[in-house]
Amino acid sequence: MSEDKKNVPNPGEVDQDRRTFLKLAAGAVGVGYAGLVGYPVYRYVASPVEDAAAVGAVKEVTLAPEAASLPKNASMMFKFGSQPAMLIHHDDDTWTALTAVCTHLGCTAGYDPVKKHIFCPCHGGTYDAHTGANVAGPPPKPLDKFAVKIAEGKVVVSRA
Amino acid sequence: MPENLYNWFDQRLGLGALKEMAEHKQVPNHKLSHWYYWGGLSLFFFSVMCASGVLLLMYYTPGEGAYESVRNITTHVKFGWLIRSIHSWSANLMIFSAFVHMFSTFFMKAYRAPREFLWWSGIGLLSLGMIFGFSGYLLPMDELAYFATKVGLAIPSTMPVVGPIISDLARGGSEIGAITVSRFFALHVAILPAVFIPLLGFHLYLVQKHGMSIPPSEQAKPESKRKTIPFFPNFALKDLAVWLIALNVLALLACIFPWDLGPAADSLKSAPQDIHPEWYFMSSFQILKAFGNWFPGALGEFLGLGVFNLGVFLWALVPFFDPDTRGGAWARRVTWYGYFVVLVVIVTTIWAYLALPSGT
Repeated sequence: MSEDKKNVPNPGEVDQDRRTFLKLAAGAVGVGYAGLVGYPVYRYVASPVEDAAAVGAVKEVTLAPEAASLPKNASMMFKFGSQPAMLIHHDDDTWTALTAVCTHLGCTAGYDPVKKHIFCPCHGGTYDAHTGANVAGPPPKPLDKFAVKIAEGKVVVSRA
Repeated sequence: MPENLYNWFDQRLGLGALKEMAEHKQVPNHKLSHWYYWGGLSLFFFSVMCASGVLLLMYYTPGEGAYESVRNITTHVKFGWLIRSIHSWSANLMIFSAFVHMFSTFFMKAYRAPREFLWWSGIGLLSLGMIFGFSGYLLPMDELAYFATKVGLAIPSTMPVVGPIISDLARGGSEIGAITVSRFFALHVAILPAVFIPLLGFHLYLVQKHGMSIPPSEQAKPESKRKTIPFFPNFALKDLAVWLIALNVLALLACIFPWDLGPAADSLKSAPQDIHPEWYFMSSFQILKAFGNWFPGALGEFLGLGVFNLGVFLWALVPFFDPDTRGGAWARRVTWYGYFVVLVVIVTTIWAYLALPSGT
């Protein structure tokens, strides 16, 4: 404190500018340290999120060989990136691939071969099996559809 | 903070009383006061270890996948190498600070009445801290961890009757493997914290209750000549400054010397050269080894453990030999015992490192 007194023009009177400056400087140093500690911790905790984003960024998936021999009016599940998806072989020999994540609250929906639609058991959301359109129940949006290519016993699904 | 909001919390939480207590609390200020920072430093490193340990828990898996998960943390997870280095370095710095704290309180005669329980709880905390270090050392399951733990667990097995039981229980069998890692993990993250944290609370409570002890040179002065500073904000700010320096040192060490991960443990490969425990076990390691060399066979093991345990036992009992400020011949004898212990610790530690096959 003795040094402070030398620098203050009127001893006993507090230099308000100097006080404000010191407070701001201390605050800035505090924010700096919080950032230096917080940034690596955030990146560390978020690391799997970055991995998942990289996995999810796939454009095209080649399915296992048995996909090509899927019987009519049947479906199989597969992973498109990190998300569940389904491939449906219709009675009319057309194929549909869509995401299987219900647009309502994210349960995994499945193909019902009796009623020939896609059904989510969580809250009864129903989708059209050809287009993915939400036709009944709570889902607010249709399921995303993928493009399906079948060539030489290989099924390739890609982002439409 | 708006006055009303502060009052709202104050009426419900009694903040005013805490603030008043912090402002009234006085910290002695004298030429040895800088030694007061080492206890706080140990606490700081412990807090860093809790935080970084919880972060490691997010990716570490004990058991068969232990090595792979640490490899993933070190090489793949963003900043994983840094979190792991911070955890290891703060562990070492905590043990170091705790040792300095213990010896400084010893020579300042802080163990005297009414602070005996501070002394004992402190010894308990340091011992638990060393078991923390020992159990954490195995968790990555690399070559060095594996063989160092193997050697470490062979030491209690030389104790008569209970020795083999302790070693077998610690290993979960006769060999170190996935089961050992899982139980060391349980010890490291559940059992030890459950014992350590309440004991730490007790230690800190006693510091509040009795205040900081002053060394004999200060006690010799009349009360009016002794100087103090308020705990809050003066001492707290100084403490904060020391903690910031510690954080910087820790970050530098962790970045410049990141903790290594060796090849995966393989019991069929012969042990690599220079297998040795962490530095804070080197002294006791060397004492046991020396007695083993001087007195071959079971006698050496028995004598080594006996002398070592007697030394620790006497160390814990110093409040009885030197109980109060009257001092006298026993006060001087205890101080000499302290010099002797410091000398033995330093000499045996250096000796242990020189005795390693590569001589480093």
